[in-house]
Amino acid sequence: MGPRRAGALFVAPFLALFLLLFLAPLGYAAYLSLFQHRLIGGTVFVGLDNYLKAVTDPVFLRGVARVATFFVIQVPVMLVLALVFALTLDSGLLRLARVVRLGIFVPYAVPSVVAALMWGYLYGRDYGPFAQLGRLLHVPVPDFLGGSWLLGSLANVVTWEFVGYNMIILYAALRTISPDLYEAAAVDGAGAWRIAWSVKLPALRPALVLTLLFSVIGSFQLFNEPKLLQPLAPAVIDSGYTANLYAYSLAFTGQQVNYAATVSFLLGLVIVAVSYGFLFASNRRREV
Amino acid sequence: MNRRSFFAAAGAVSLGAALAACGGDTGSAQSVSQSDVDKALSTPTELTFWTWLPNVDREVALFQKKYPAIKVNVVNAGQGTPQYTKLRTALQAGAGAPDMVQIEYQYIPTFTITDSLLDLRPYGAAALKSQFVDWTWGQVTGAGGEIWAMPQDTGPMGLLYRQDIFDQHGITVPKTWDEFADAAHKLHAADPNVYLTNLAANQAAAWHGLLWQAGAKPYVSTGKSDIAISVSDNISKRLGSYWGGLARDGVIGTEPDFTDAWYSALNNGKYATWITAAWGPVFLSGSAKATAGKWRAAPLPQWDAGSPHSGNWGGSTTAVIKTTKNPIVAAMFAKFLNTDPASTKMFATEQFLFPATKAVLADPAFAGDKPAFYGGQAVNQVFADIGNTVSSSFQWPPFLDQVVTDWTETVGKSLADKTDTVAALDQWQSRITAFAKNQGFTVGGK
Repeated sequence: MGPRRAGALFVAPFLALFLLLFLAPLGYAAYLSLFQHRLIGGTVFVGLDNYLKAVTDPVFLRGVARVATFFVIQVPVMLVLALVFALTLDSGLLRLARVVRLGIFVPYAVPSVVAALMWGYLYGRDYGPFAQLGRLLHVPVPDFLGGSWLLGSLANVVTWEFVGYNMIILYAALRTISPDLYEAAAVDGAGAWRIAWSVKLPALRPALVLTLLFSVIGSFQLFNEPKLLQPLAPAVIDSGYTANLYAYSLAFTGQQVNYAATVSFLLGLVIVAVSYGFLFASNRRREV
Repeated sequence: MNRRSFFAAAGAVSLGAALAACGGDTGSAQSVSQSDVDKALSTPTELTFWTWLPNVDREVALFQKKYPAIKVNVVNAGQGTPQYTKLRTALQAGAGAPDMVQIEYQYIPTFTITDSLLDLRPYGAAALKSQFVDWTWGQVTGAGGEIWAMPQDTGPMGLLYRQDIFDQHGITVPKTWDEFADAAHKLHAADPNVYLTNLAANQAAAWHGLLWQAGAKPYVSTGKSDIAISVSDNISKRLGSYWGGLARDGVIGTEPDFTDAWYSALNNGKYATWITAAWGPVFLSGSAKATAGKWRAAPLPQWDAGSPHSGNWGGSTTAVIKTTKNPIVAAMFAKFLNTDPASTKMFATEQFLFPATKAVLADPAFAGDKPAFYGGQAVNQVFADIGNTVSSSFQWPPFLDQVVTDWTETVGKSLADKTDTVAALDQWQSRITAFAKNQGFTVGGK
């Protein structure tokens, strides 16, 4: 057996699963998006009509705009926090570093379903701990589940969940930096801040791009947290609150599977576009 | 709650007596002969029953004891919506659907529009009509006289109220909605921490029950593809301006129900009443233990005190899925489960369902139950009487999920945000109409 065939054999299991569990459903969704099913009249081929409808669908556009807003606000906050924690842990100046590392990481181990339920209780208007504490101290507490606060409340839940995860990625990247570089920098008279800025940050760029890409995907597909807080804030989180929630509602509430597939596809395209945008930007920066 | 001990002897109602009752129109469906039924019931058969009823194995055991050849596998596929989602998926896939399924009254048209349920007329279902509470029969009967399901339990709506809070503020049980509104203002003015009630902004089912009480006909299907939608007619608008007004005045709550905060509120006396259904009393006694002995039950306040009416909220049926390979046995199971004296009694004593059969409702052991949680009041009797005031002509749309979501995002939202509820009814009307037209229906109505 030549190396070529051996390679193919090694890759075969992956390819089989990739075809079966990724490409096949994707193809089926693409196929579905070209039809329309009606309760009266059954299924008809409509070509790209669903796509034409979706790109002007105010609910879909609003959902995409909302997750984009969420991304712009939440991701920088989360990544800056993750970076600060990672650099602090890496500096070796912290006592109980292991405990701290685990403590920051633990929320990621909590399933988002549980996290959303827990925060839903914490945010409660009447019996939530924040509200009760506010009443005790006669300090007005914002309505976390109200219209103007809710997106921020969701961002807080997601940040709490994923700071530790991103911190671990960045921390792992920091551990791979060769000590020689630090020595050389120290010989050149660089202090701890200077080393962090001029040595560590540039070395972290690939890891930061990675966390950013994960965040793009996570933000634009935002679903679990709004879906779980929906029963607590039904007047704010409507069926099209995020693009993904809209696709879900179309499929399971309106029985419009074809249109749901269309919306999902377009959302996927948006994510691909934004991801490539970031990759392109970061690669160009590297070439300069 | 020791209702378990109330049913000592079985006040059996023979099926034979029922057979003498008015038989319905069997349409074009070919009736199944008794010998075919006997043969099917003695042939070894395995059936699957989807239901979220806890401990339903006990009722199923009664059936299997009587017909040892039949084995029924009980599957809990989720409560309500999750189960319907799975059922739709199985039906679309053409595999994996059960033989019998628990289905709430309001969802029957959602599954008959896709032609998924079996008409039970050929299996002698029409003869059972007189055993059930009158209005339930209207709920399970199709436009062409088909019988789509067997009623299992019901939820006629009434008012649970805190006697102690009423006494403290000198409020008498409101007989009319006007009195109810006056009491709401009076109570909240006397104690800003207390509201007369909470009308949940995410509970379309309660709104439909109140529409039902008011005599509205929001959805009228006149054929498979024709539907008249009138969720913003005069009756609806009266309801809208009434509840919208109370919400805007801030004298009632509108928070979502069945949440932790809502449970706490019921325990803490934030709400002096709960507008609920016949399943409410047992539910409340389990979830507001801190308030034991303080609650009482009464009929809903009325729009016209001279002619009392109520609506229904909740309750389920047993339907047979059309794709079953054993329609006779499946239909016999649905009938047995919901008409056999021992089985129906067990529903009331084991699962505390509010009965759908006249026999159990009239059983002194059931009707005479006086739970301490309600200060020894015969609450079952109160709700049994209410059940006789529910109209049987209320219909549901064949796309209920969408209607419910649209309600929450228009009418419910207006209640929560204290905006114009009457205008929200128009939005609701136009959203449902647009959806129905998009689905190929011919839409009429206002």
